[in-house]
Amino acid sequence: MRFVDEFRDAEKARALSAKITSLCEPGREYRFMEVCGGHTHTIYKHGLEDYLPPSITLVHGPGCPVCVIPMGRVDDAIHIARQPGVLMTSFGDMMRVPGSGGNFFDSNAEGTNIRMVYSPLDSLKIARQNPDQQVVFMAIGFETTAPSTAMTVLRAAAEKIDNFSIFCNHVTIIPAIKAILDSPDLRLDGFIGPGHVSTVIGCRPYEFIARDYGKPVVVAGFEPLDILQSIYLLMLQLAEGRSEVENQYTRVVPWDGNLVALRAIGEVMELRPYFEWRGLGFISHSAMRVREEFAAFDAERIFSVPGVRVADPKACQCGEVLKGVLKPWECKVFGTACTPETPIGTCMVSPEGACAAYYNFGRFTRSRVREASRV
Amino acid sequence: MCLGIPGEIVEISQDRPDLAKVAVSGVKRTINIGLLTDDPPVPGDWILIHVGFALSKIDEDEARAAMDFLESIGKAYEDELAALRDSRID
Amino acid sequence: MTTAEERVLERIERARRRKARVREERIVLSHGSGGKATHTLIEAVFLDAFRNPLLEPLEDAASLVVDGARLALTTDSFVVSPLFFPGGDIGDLAVNGTVNDLAVSGARPLYLTAGFILEEGFPVADLIRIVESMRVAAGRAGVQVVTGDTKVVQRGKADGCYVNTAGVGVIEHSGLGVATARPGDAVLVSGPIGEHGITIMLARGELDIDADLESDTAPLHELADALLRVPGVRALRDATRGGVATILNEVAQAANVAVVVDEDAVPVREEVRGASELLGIDPLYVACEGRFVAIVDGATAGDALAALRAHPLGAEAAIIGRIGEDPPGLVLLNTAFGGTRIVDLLVGDPLPRIC
Repeated sequence: MRFVDEFRDAEKARALSAKITSLCEPGREYRFMEVCGGHTHTIYKHGLEDYLPPSITLVHGPGCPVCVIPMGRVDDAIHIARQPGVLMTSFGDMMRVPGSGGNFFDSNAEGTNIRMVYSPLDSLKIARQNPDQQVVFMAIGFETTAPSTAMTVLRAAAEKIDNFSIFCNHVTIIPAIKAILDSPDLRLDGFIGPGHVSTVIGCRPYEFIARDYGKPVVVAGFEPLDILQSIYLLMLQLAEGRSEVENQYTRVVPWDGNLVALRAIGEVMELRPYFEWRGLGFISHSAMRVREEFAAFDAERIFSVPGVRVADPKACQCGEVLKGVLKPWECKVFGTACTPETPIGTCMVSPEGACAAYYNFGRFTRSRVREASRV
Repeated sequence: MCLGIPGEIVEISQDRPDLAKVAVSGVKRTINIGLLTDDPPVPGDWILIHVGFALSKIDEDEARAAMDFLESIGKAYEDELAALRDSRID
Repeated sequence: MTTAEERVLERIERARRRKARVREERIVLSHGSGGKATHTLIEAVFLDAFRNPLLEPLEDAASLVVDGARLALTTDSFVVSPLFFPGGDIGDLAVNGTVNDLAVSGARPLYLTAGFILEEGFPVADLIRIVESMRVAAGRAGVQVVTGDTKVVQRGKADGCYVNTAGVGVIEHSGLGVATARPGDAVLVSGPIGEHGITIMLARGELDIDADLESDTAPLHELADALLRVPGVRALRDATRGGVATILNEVAQAANVAVVVDEDAVPVREEVRGASELLGIDPLYVACEGRFVAIVDGATAGDALAALRAHPLGAEAAIIGRIGEDPPGLVLLNTAFGGTRIVDLLVGDPLPRIC
């Protein structure tokens, strides 16, 4: 595959790895956060940590839209799905996210009709094909996904489709990064910036991280060489005493983002005053809701949702994991009470959640794995 | 957080200019290109696909530049290894 | 790696070895996906109730000795949607699936049963088409359908047509079993993986993806027989639900060995790769209906590969990895990128994802 395979080349990885190692100061530990869960997935899927010297630790950040949805919102979604005549649609990622009384699959076992779709436009198609049903799209995602939801609502409005709405759970990445930067127990040397979010918002919104917090940011692509190169660029900034926003993913990310996409979001959605993030708590202006003008497409207005806040289970330390304070395996319930089969925290649900990625792909002494695999 | 896959525009729909047939490694899907109206893609262009929408056009020059950079590092590494080998022989 | 981390990982491995328990109050789709949920259901509900030495190995078919004759017996139910898809239909699957379960058990398939559960209103023409496919598939596999059953349920109580087949064959190659895998063995697949699963996903039409792909459904009795003539073959498994990754985990756990796979060596067709990338799923977990995984003594792996490739259904067979000692019970992947990772069982079906 073009633009994919060439960025998975082991030769080049070895060279980059040597470069990165040569930049490590003796005795110094480096901690970089990859904000985006897609990066976490790439890191584990390709075994990228095998190329990093032991003094570099990657901390898996909050950029997994599924992982940060609080239980109360899952319960609200299931409440909507239970209303007579409702057909809910959702991305596959959401299907196993636990609410307080089970996930979407469990809910379907009890009679709801929650179907998986690949695109919000597929939900609209289902609405056209089922005029006697109320089709509600469970909208999740960061700024990457919000424009697609917005375009779908605009299309529904243009076609005057009256049995389609969205349950809006779109969140914004910058307030979450800020919350992490402001947490007192934070120890990070730099950020691997979320490449696909940046196709929409561009690179400017990260400037405060470099300017006000003195942490370098490199916006990175999603192939393993992209990430390795970004780590190299971060190490170079640290070695040279710089703290800047750099764009490694120039083949895809324009510095100013995608203005059409931003306009689409702005037309359909507005910021909520605050929104609860699983593990991180309430964060101001960190999520979006449907604007009054599009009330007819807002499931929250059409169906009254209970909106009951469900506290995270006490044993769950997703918040600490999302902030990078704990590594997945340091959580008290990791791998025993909380596993991909029976996730307590959402970090264990999505394949890109830090805990699930670690459990599924990395759960073993790396040195032992390396040794065994070379036999 | 977001799966984005490169695909090549095969054709733009005649009656719906916001839709395009896009090829990804031997499979095809109709993709909405309505978010690229500032710089509409044409057949042969590569785009980044996310949930059925094109988010961005892939800049081939930038991709080449990134590859050149990676290759230059690889080259420097080879040279160093070679130098190391030579020094051992001496 | 710190010792604290190692302690945690050991605790996890202990937890994984604990007795399975079904936590759900109701059956969910994952229970039928072939992954962890299916394993749990089988172990906690069925194996517990029916436990006997013939069932316990949980192989694709049971090996029976009846009056000195060694027989293999198996059964399988087919609930595919859509019923007709590129490369086959539920009828082909129902015959080939059971034939293959017998073939990978070292048996020559002989007789099948056929049970039909039909929904009120199902077109008779479709039923005839399915039965015709079964007739042709049975002919191709050299088996006869010798008994059957028909039930009709009210409209809405079933999805058109379900088929169950059971099969019996005579065992010609005994001593096979994934528990016999040992370090130094090679791991082979008989052809490119994931074509059936991706074809079905796309044939449902909901994903709107076009691809020139066909189900790989085929009877594997000849291919299995050709391979089993090579000395040193330890086990074959039909890579159906859960795909190759699930089979490899079963091998690792049954034999308490490590399975090490080279990502580069796994044959995957371009279209399967494209659809998988687009949907964010891993072809290693996607079902095949005409592919098996073979565990063969490392010393005869080359002969085994040659034997497979000499048959049209095995033309693209490959050695994809090997059996190691450590870490026992796990499947490791050497990624094409040069890293390593674990390949675990999935909980349920691979779900399309956006993240």
